Amino acid sequence: MSESTQFMKHDAILDLVGGMAQVLRKQLSDRNLDNPAVIGIHTGGAWLAQHISRLLQLQEPTGLLDISFYRDDFTQIGVNPQVRPSRIDFDVDGRNIVLVDDVLHTGRTIRAAMNEIFDYGRPASITLVTLIERSGRELPIQPDVIGLSPPLGLDDHIKLNGPEPLSLEILHGARTAR
Amino acid sequence: MHNLQLNEHGRLRHFLTIEGLSRELLLQILDTAESFAALPGRPVKKVPLLRGRIITNLFFENSTRTRTTFELAAKMLSADVINFNISTSATTKGETLLDTLRNIEAMHSDMFVVRHAQSGAAHFIARNASPRVSVINAGDGRHAHPTQAMLDMFTIRKHKGDFTPLRVAIVGDVLHSRVARSQILALNTLGVSEVRIVGPRTLLPTEARALGVHVFHDLAEGIRDVDVVIMLRLQNERMDGALLPNEHEYFRLYGLTDERLESAKPDAIVMHPGPMNRGIEMDSEVADGPRSVILQQVSYGIAVRMAVMSMAMQSQADLGGEA
Repeated sequence: MSESTQFMKHDAILDLVGGMAQVLRKQLSDRNLDNPAVIGIHTGGAWLAQHISRLLQLQEPTGLLDISFYRDDFTQIGVNPQVRPSRIDFDVDGRNIVLVDDVLHTGRTIRAAMNEIFDYGRPASITLVTLIERSGRELPIQPDVIGLSPPLGLDDHIKLNGPEPLSLEILHGARTAR
Repeated sequence: MHNLQLNEHGRLRHFLTIEGLSRELLLQILDTAESFAALPGRPVKKVPLLRGRIITNLFFENSTRTRTTFELAAKMLSADVINFNISTSATTKGETLLDTLRNIEAMHSDMFVVRHAQSGAAHFIARNASPRVSVINAGDGRHAHPTQAMLDMFTIRKHKGDFTPLRVAIVGDVLHSRVARSQILALNTLGVSEVRIVGPRTLLPTEARALGVHVFHDLAEGIRDVDVVIMLRLQNERMDGALLPNEHEYFRLYGLTDERLESAKPDAIVMHPGPMNRGIEMDSEVADGPRSVILQQVSYGIAVRMAVMSMAMQSQADLGGEA
């Protein structure tokens, strides 16, 4: 078992998400991206997407992506038995999508998520929002809105638990998840 | 005992029969199928999971529907599909099954979907295929048709939720039915409360009680208070002797009509693996009626076959490296 540290608790995370929503709102308006639709990546991103959607006062239900079928490491890890169906109840065509994930690490999850979104339609734009941005990128993918960029060791793994309460945990010396 | 179907991590490597598979594994197949069932509602009805993989349909016995749903399932997983209709191909020119197998392996196939009139054919191919090939049984003789059984379980779960309180009646030609054999195994593994088989003595297997089922010869009695009625096709092509007086007589005694269905629970569903003989196994008013879920079975068949194919392909991931 690896050692873990509690990094941040529910209220602090919600404060952070509140700040992110403000930055996001300003960015969307500066870039004339109206009528945004929020999609969260299963599981952590989906919890955060709910909060962001509420803070932006959006009426539509948030979309949910489980990118298991779009991962590039299927030949190494196979199908995740806990895979959940993705669910996007709005028309993606021509929409300004706000894509929400908990941790941006290698960028591979985001690549898979964008591939899946394009199988639902052709969005006008995708804006990437992540609670945590960390080092270790393997693809040219950068977030538009970030909560925090904590300094983490190569072997450290940061994880969002939730949905109620939310907490961020750092696992030291854990094999990094991709 | 070593189970040919599982790899050393206990994961599905081949899918040949329900026998020897755990309740957890069957539920995992159903859960995985659940996530594929949403795909047809999307603009792009495909996921890239098996991109670059080659799946070969080896059909030694004709079946348009089963072959088509396997093909569709493979294509929705982005695999490439080759169809071999062997009854019209090399084996009639004297090539042995093993030679056929080696030839198709040499075409770099990653998975064989096998249908054969002989019981045990899929097992034979699984035992003799290279370690990088997975085999799915699409029906072998009278033995097994496990993907059909699993799509039936998926359909039942969609309508009834929990398996444990359910009473299920399987009606008709159980003796010749690989579908029934696989269904009985699956239903008992999933822990339903009772499985019944209903039909004339000549069409029910003698080992019925060993299968863990209750036997009925009267239709109305056999489907009394059941939650699910599964009608089977009369398999004239597999009957060796005169097991039945005639089809008219069969319908009079065992054909499902709205009137007879009244003895089942009011919310009972009616299933049939197809192809259905209207007016022999069941009346059109039942087949097209509100309790019939026959066409849903066909749609769900695609999602279940996608689940089985992707899970079996996963065992190749366990081998490590690229094929």
